[in-house]
Amino acid sequence: MAVKKTRILIAKPGLDGHDRGAKFIARALRDEGYEVIYTGIRQTPEAIVQTAIQEDVDFVGLSLLSGAHNELFPRVVDLLAASGAGDIVVFGGGIIPEQDIPFLKDRGVAAIFGPGTTTKQIVEFLESARDSS
Amino acid sequence: MPEEIRKQKEEWERGTVEPLISRHPERMQTFVTGSDKPVNRLYLPEGYSEAEYLEKLGFPGQYPYTRGVQPTMYRGRLWTMRQYAGFGTAEESNRRYRYLLEQGQTGLSVAFDLPTQIGFDSDDPRAEGEVGKVGVAIDTLNDVEILFDAIPLDKISTSMTINAPAAILLAMYIAVAEKQGVGKQRLRGTIQNDILKEYVARGTYIFPPEPSMRLITDVFAYCSREVPLWNTISISGYHIREAGSDASQEVAFTLANGIEYVRAAIQVGLDVDEFAGRLSFFFNAHNDLLEEVAKFRAARRIWARIMKERFQATDPKSMMLRFHTQTGGSTLTAQQPDNNIVRVAIQALAAVLGGTQSLHTNSREEALALPAEESVRLALRTQQILAYEAGVTSTVDPLAGSYYLEALTDRIELEVWQYIDRIEALGGMIPSILKGYVQKQIQESAFRTQKDIEKGERVVVGINKFQMEEKKPLDLLRVDPAVRQLQIEKLSRVKARRNASRVQSALEQLRKGAKQIDVNLLPLILEAVREYATLGEICQLLREEFGEHRETIVL
Repeated sequence: MAVKKTRILIAKPGLDGHDRGAKFIARALRDEGYEVIYTGIRQTPEAIVQTAIQEDVDFVGLSLLSGAHNELFPRVVDLLAASGAGDIVVFGGGIIPEQDIPFLKDRGVAAIFGPGTTTKQIVEFLESARDSS
Repeated sequence: MPEEIRKQKEEWERGTVEPLISRHPERMQTFVTGSDKPVNRLYLPEGYSEAEYLEKLGFPGQYPYTRGVQPTMYRGRLWTMRQYAGFGTAEESNRRYRYLLEQGQTGLSVAFDLPTQIGFDSDDPRAEGEVGKVGVAIDTLNDVEILFDAIPLDKISTSMTINAPAAILLAMYIAVAEKQGVGKQRLRGTIQNDILKEYVARGTYIFPPEPSMRLITDVFAYCSREVPLWNTISISGYHIREAGSDASQEVAFTLANGIEYVRAAIQVGLDVDEFAGRLSFFFNAHNDLLEEVAKFRAARRIWARIMKERFQATDPKSMMLRFHTQTGGSTLTAQQPDNNIVRVAIQALAAVLGGTQSLHTNSREEALALPAEESVRLALRTQQILAYEAGVTSTVDPLAGSYYLEALTDRIELEVWQYIDRIEALGGMIPSILKGYVQKQIQESAFRTQKDIEKGERVVVGINKFQMEEKKPLDLLRVDPAVRQLQIEKLSRVKARRNASRVQSALEQLRKGAKQIDVNLLPLILEAVREYATLGEICQLLREEFGEHRETIVL
């Protein structure tokens, strides 16, 4: 039986339009052999969770550069859990101060990738998260 | 190239360079600019004839303005030092502006939060987490009154980074000035008002292209009569570059947007020389010093030609590309943030050597957070050192005649014309955006750049070379999450105080105007903001009348 390909939703919650990073990651991960869906900008947490479930993804990658991550990232995690999709792994990136990372991890965000992250680092994270699930 | 020079160059290559290279190869097979374009080992006089010099370079303050828009440039007046700032509430931002003015800044530049930029009030559910974060929160005229408290609007010029709701913020500014006793005729400043680049790069659009263009031409028409010193638009390459374009694409897409605005204004019956003199531009400055200087010079030369030849402008002011520059946010690194101080200095130097009219210098920690006061001061001091110590302000266009710089300027010009022709062939900028052509070009460049960094082919100090363990972070500015609650309370107080029936009737008038294509909406918006109609109320009404833009997703 063929192994199901890992599916990833790259999403932009909040109102900022900085999609350079999100689009790069989406394309780079696709080139690495993942199935990637990209939402476009200005998605509500509700819409992101709905898409994640519909598309039956294994990961949701959130990109946000406006500073609203402490409000919006945990909300995506909570809504996924409330919809019975708590097994979907959430990770994030953007302009996120170091000091906020413990809080976000505590609230269920598996990893945060800041500026300077390489595709390789993200692939390593995805592979180890998949193996451990 | 003169014959004797050409001959001796060949001899030098054969007799000197080749033997040397065979023993000591150069560091790389090919050298490229920041925009990934090949660079030769050496540039030599191309030997402009007199006629070519006059056609391509000319004199400062004269067509085609390659050497600058003013005859004396910084010998006459320095550029305006204008730091983009704003966060939290109007009260906090007002304090930051007064601090910057005390430190010698010469103009204001207002950053708005995202709900304001997208037309939501602070109490809108979609504003959750965003209020006051990337700029100041504005809901009603009351906030703008506080924002400019004790700042004399007849003495200072103000730039406002606002696009989809630009007409509303301009109306609020006019209304506050009136309360200070300053008439519209004396107001100086700029609204960004550039929706086309929002669709391809920055993302704070609300309405579809057609009604958006109407709002923009309404501003052109209104200001040409009522606010004659106001820059009605700042056609921006900055965000296109931040989204990943190269230098030529930055200029090409910006000028192509400019063509679209001019065309729209002429179509609604404006005379080109009535409004074109108030068009302004906004560019990025990246690290490749000479390529950036060439970019600014090429942009001036091309715009002058577009205005003169394509649109038959006759007033020289209509042909002058005046621009603001901001140093490149995407070049900053979160790693070793002090290195950013050096990057900013190089980029700012490029802007000055390129003849900018105003400048924002980024602060060292902007890859991590909004800058703290001390970092902003350092960024401003960088400009002051360039202005008063570096000597580059003493003569006009000091790099002109550098063989390399002139070759770069010509190369960028050529590439820009190719893009403009391609866009025209697609039917202009709006169809090019709706088809995703522009987004695709930008993304291709962005993707290539990041891949080159990851492969180590493009060195970024502190990222893929010269990394080190770092001691932990600078003290970062944090916006208090309580801002939203404060703002919601302020808004409900204003709503309780205002005359509800007058608000309603002003909004009704605006709705009627929006339904008629030939009504200028500015006076109607001005009436509504005077009655303290909220930004969200006005935008909601216009959403109902105009519809909303949906993104063309291109990957």
